[in-house]
Amino acid sequence: MSARSQRATSLEAVLDTARLRRDFPILDLKVNGKPLIFMDNAASSQMPRQVMERWVKYRSEQHANIHRAVHYLSETATAEYEAARRKVQVFLNAPEDREIVFTSGTTDGINLVAHGYGRRFFGPGDEIILTTLEHHSNIVPWQMVAAEKGATLRVVPVNDRGELLVDEYRKLFNAHTKFVAMTHVSNALGTIAPVKEMIAIAHEHGVPVLVDGAQAVPHLKVDVRELDCDFYVFSGHKLCGPTGIGALYGKAALLEKMQPFKGGGDMILSVTFEKTTYAPIPAKFEAGTPPIGEAITLGAAIDYLSAIGLERIAAYETDLLDYATDQLHRMPGVRLIGTAEKKAAVLSFALDGVHPHDVGSLLNDDGVAIRTGHHCAQPVMQRFKVPATSRASFAFYNTMAEVDALVASLGRVQKLFA
Amino acid sequence: MTDSRQLYQEMILEHNKKPRNWGLLADATHKAEGVNPLCGDHIHLSLRLAGDTVEAVGFEGEACAICKASASMMTAIVKGKTRADAEQMVQEFRDMTTGKLDPAGPHHLGRLTVFAGVRDLPTRVKCAILPWHTLHAAFAGTDTASTE
Ligand SMILES: Cc1ncc(COP(=O)(O)O)c(C=O)c1O
Repeated sequence: MSARSQRATSLEAVLDTARLRRDFPILDLKVNGKPLIFMDNAASSQMPRQVMERWVKYRSEQHANIHRAVHYLSETATAEYEAARRKVQVFLNAPEDREIVFTSGTTDGINLVAHGYGRRFFGPGDEIILTTLEHHSNIVPWQMVAAEKGATLRVVPVNDRGELLVDEYRKLFNAHTKFVAMTHVSNALGTIAPVKEMIAIAHEHGVPVLVDGAQAVPHLKVDVRELDCDFYVFSGHKLCGPTGIGALYGKAALLEKMQPFKGGGDMILSVTFEKTTYAPIPAKFEAGTPPIGEAITLGAAIDYLSAIGLERIAAYETDLLDYATDQLHRMPGVRLIGTAEKKAAVLSFALDGVHPHDVGSLLNDDGVAIRTGHHCAQPVMQRFKVPATSRASFAFYNTMAEVDALVASLGRVQKLFA
Repeated sequence: MTDSRQLYQEMILEHNKKPRNWGLLADATHKAEGVNPLCGDHIHLSLRLAGDTVEAVGFEGEACAICKASASMMTAIVKGKTRADAEQMVQEFRDMTTGKLDPAGPHHLGRLTVFAGVRDLPTRVKCAILPWHTLHAAFAGTDTASTE
């Protein structure tokens, strides 16, 4: 047996991808007459039929506004929405369901904390620590609050492999440090950050930490109690769920101290024109009619992934990433960007003499969908002195055969530009 | 969607590899910078006008093959032309790449019709047009052109 097929057999033993792929109707699509090879999962992943069916069930049998009426449908929708909240709680191993706030996504969750915590507690001269690896959505909200409050941002550097320099991070703390916001997994490089260690360091200084889990929850088992993070945010659409929904976990004591992000219905206890008393958490942060069906459908996505098991997904994807990394390493003229020891599901690279945008277009001719550009992480691009990269990002439904097709397609691009 | 490989013709690949008029002019009378935020194309263009005529032109930048070849061929064709002629070509090039001008009909674009195919590749239209926007900005003295 060849090394390749031996490896394939051991991969199949980890996860029966052939069976799982049948759950995803979109994977049967042909693009330019070629079978779709979807490797843009870090931007948004695909939805299995079971999850779509949950949406249809909700819309067919359970929809009404929640928390408002005594009729059957409203009670059903409310119960299902709250059940979805408990699914997120269990998924993240959060202590209490009231510590889960539904948001419209990662960006919304970060803005909620920047506004609700930052605008209440930051002042002139305060410092907020971010890392070089952040997505723009974990930079801009902090920059906005910092500008308003006269606070400044401090940035944790990375080494040439794309790993955060923890010793440098340690040195950034001083009496003015008020907050740390950091990604769990880099969307541009795939680096898995040593979040647990970095959170412990922040806590030695009494500083709370928000973790951007957008790229972590689809690939790793996340346990907010074990991490001891103060806030954790993610998006449903990168988790085989719908767009327009995400969640924020926050420690109850902190959420309670925060000011609401938006005002409106559902987030109040009582309103007069003189004074409004806010509802307890999490309702305080869920003003207006939330995306009810999306939250319930996200619950189904969590069920789907949990049934497979995040540990198994992580094991499978690690092997797939190792295989893909090996294959790309062997290609002359290919430079991998982001070679951290601990990585998840992302392969960013540059082809000598070929701009990423051309790579993306030409791969599309072969049905291969990758992302090219700065990945909303321009500081990462600046650090590695590239204007953009090509990025293949995997999900558990990607296969070694698809990696081979990616490599073959890249070979054709190189030939064209030779 | 059409196959983008049809767009990557010999001429475009060749201009990408060996762009004409590469390098900025030390004695430019007009300059502009062009950015395409979506794909990261970023070019600098410099011109020297003598009276109304484009006497010299040079460009530099980080760009995809479509953008770089478009810039290279543009600089070659506008050199020696009057500003009015060059502006007319800017208009014609925009029209061709957005499907408003038939490349088989009358125009002044010459071999630039190799870019006609981008009209069927919405994500690449901006790459091809960027140098032309930048040329227009340089004439107008507006410093920066963006495809957004
Ligand atoms: C690390 C990271 N943070 C935040 C986001 C923003 O997520 P969303 O656009 O779903 O709010 C993304 C997604 O692009 C991401 O990869």
